[in-house]
Amino acid sequence: MNGRVIPIEAAGGSGKSAAFEYLTTRKDELIGWARKFSIFPYPFVTACCAMEFMAVSSSPYDTDRFGAALPRFSPRQADLLMVVGTVTHKQAPILLKVYEQMCEPKWVMAFGVCATSGGFYQNYAAVPGIDRIVPVDVYIPGCPPRPETVIDGIMQLQDKIARSQHLIVNDKF
Amino acid sequence: MNAPGPVIANPVRPAFDKASREDTVIVSIGPSHPATHGTIQIFAELDGERILRADVHCGYLHRGFEKECEDHTWHNLIPYVDRLNYCSPLINDFAYCEAVEKMMGIGITRRAVILRTLLSEYSRLCDHITCIAASLMELGAMTAFLYLVMIRDYMYEHIADLTGARVTHSYGRIGGLARDLPEGWLARLEEILVQSDDFLGRAHGLVDRNRIFIDRMRDVGVISQSDALSYGYTGPILRSTGLPVDLRKDTPYLAYAELDFEVPVGIKGDNYDRYYVRMCEIDESIHMIRQCVDLLEPGPINVDDRRCVFPEKTRVYGEIESLINHFKIVMEGPRVPAGEVYSAHEGPNGELGFYLVSTGEGTPWKVHCRAPSFVHVGGTHLMLEGGQLADLVPTFGMINMIGGECDR
Amino acid sequence: MTTYGSDIFERVKERFGKAEDDLSGTARSSTTVQHSILVLHFAPGEVAGAVKVLRDEFGFDLFLDVTAVDWPDRDPRFDVVWHFYATRNRVRVRVKTAVTLADPVAPSLTALYGSAGIMERECHDMYGIRFDGNADLRPILLYEGFVGHPLRKDYPKQKEQPLVPYREEAKP
Repeated sequence: MNGRVIPIEAAGGSGKSAAFEYLTTRKDELIGWARKFSIFPYPFVTACCAMEFMAVSSSPYDTDRFGAALPRFSPRQADLLMVVGTVTHKQAPILLKVYEQMCEPKWVMAFGVCATSGGFYQNYAAVPGIDRIVPVDVYIPGCPPRPETVIDGIMQLQDKIARSQHLIVNDKF
Repeated sequence: MNAPGPVIANPVRPAFDKASREDTVIVSIGPSHPATHGTIQIFAELDGERILRADVHCGYLHRGFEKECEDHTWHNLIPYVDRLNYCSPLINDFAYCEAVEKMMGIGITRRAVILRTLLSEYSRLCDHITCIAASLMELGAMTAFLYLVMIRDYMYEHIADLTGARVTHSYGRIGGLARDLPEGWLARLEEILVQSDDFLGRAHGLVDRNRIFIDRMRDVGVISQSDALSYGYTGPILRSTGLPVDLRKDTPYLAYAELDFEVPVGIKGDNYDRYYVRMCEIDESIHMIRQCVDLLEPGPINVDDRRCVFPEKTRVYGEIESLINHFKIVMEGPRVPAGEVYSAHEGPNGELGFYLVSTGEGTPWKVHCRAPSFVHVGGTHLMLEGGQLADLVPTFGMINMIGGECDR
Repeated sequence: MTTYGSDIFERVKERFGKAEDDLSGTARSSTTVQHSILVLHFAPGEVAGAVKVLRDEFGFDLFLDVTAVDWPDRDPRFDVVWHFYATRNRVRVRVKTAVTLADPVAPSLTALYGSAGIMERECHDMYGIRFDGNADLRPILLYEGFVGHPLRKDYPKQKEQPLVPYREEAKP
């Protein structure tokens, strides 16, 4: 912008300058691009899907390619909650607590069919889908999902992050 | 700050909520914690870094296995059985199927016997590799983890060629197996076994004589033989104390009586022994798989018993009797004679038993699983108490608690 | 301890067939071998004594399992079932007793086997069988506040007891 700054007050009735408008649209794109390649997952690993989680995060499939390799075991440092496996009613309070401890921005991935809908555990013990407890951004089908499906899920989440609005100052910007 | 939400009830009640001394502190570890792979919660009273007492809680993965089984036919519940010990689903399948076959008085075909033995050992191999890989990763040995998961992934893909699924195979059937080996499967098996020698050798080389590894494993999490027996330990943990109890040797089932193998035992009952017993069992399993391949002969994989085995598809479409037969097995389930049975296989973690009760219907009256992991959790505090807090990581890794099996 | 051969079942039967001082001769209805497991029936009060004999005299040193079977139409309603394994003789034995719905109390084996503690807690969770002598019957697979015993036949399979209220937007 060649060092020339248009003052916000000077830019007509809306109170916003053209450059500012430009910045707000491109800002989301820029931050989205940065955020989608720096996903720090918190693996909330409970059940069978852990086997595929291990496979997908190690060398043959390598989630590092998506910037999502480094698991953070503290919810405060993570921004993707991967719920890997069945969540039971006994586990639900812990899931909620972990979710509430995570800082914004945060996303939730339901890894496998149990986390998505309870799967074939439709009984007194299992929660029929973690979206009853926490909001979910991406659902990965499969019991357990193949690593390719997981990678597809991560890429869809990346698209979602890239396309969404990223508020960094207040609820408008 | 957000408004405070509703007060959430604590799902568990620790055995002690007051410290026994003024200078101790009680910490809760888990149920979502890197050291507690799987879902387990440990309340520990700490004197500095030393664990004075520990109270171990499981049940965070209780998915109502037994209740679901009572709602499904004898056949349809096989996928639930798979998800007990999801590191080695095939052993679960075969143990369950054998229990039902005992009740029905079915003897499976020779080819099915050999294939089940082969696949049991293959599954055990995967399980031990998973256990060791995960434990090593928790100790920081990331390279060994990557090597072991690499070879495990070859095995998963290979088993998927046969069963159609990488992890939860649902391959066992009452009276036999789901399908026969695809072409070229055995050739690829031999390739993988050769490769696995290489990968396992690298893991051996990385950790076996590694000072850090030895310091963290040797004389850590020791359990005496009498304690291990009293607390119902079986499998590699009991064998690590020096007692050669192995159902494959003691009460041979499937084709184990024909195979040449040894039962590795430890000397001290510490974590290093458990690691080494598992590593030796991997070698024995590979040896057994090769023997099974030699024993394998062509033949049918299912018994010819219309009570439980599906008729061929061509006949189902061509004749009314087979159609009805197929319909009855699917909708009502195989009729298992009334009675009860307890049948156990040597799972990777220990004695995996199924106690079944039938009333003569197509659905079971009760399916109870004697899960080694659950019993092991009952004695975990013995291994933790008196040790350092950091020792919890290798000890718990070597117990190899599998949530699905422990909590069912 | 004597190591028995293949005749161990005969010896056990003989031992329990006789009227002993520590074991009254009541309710010992049948002693059978089913699928190579010896099945022994006892009255609830006799179980602890009999298991002690099994452990000390016959070497059944591994306590495998305790569970219950619910027969809603029968009185007494529950069978409590124990399994034991003898590591030296390589045989299994099943001990059964029947308890009523009104008084579902079975003896605890915590004094004999360490592993009894956790397994009795599970059985208490699932069937509501109380184990006399086990002071620690806190829920192990279920959670605090769970009402009822899910493996009883009259517990509906899908009756949930959530600890966390479901989110409004997720309700079907």
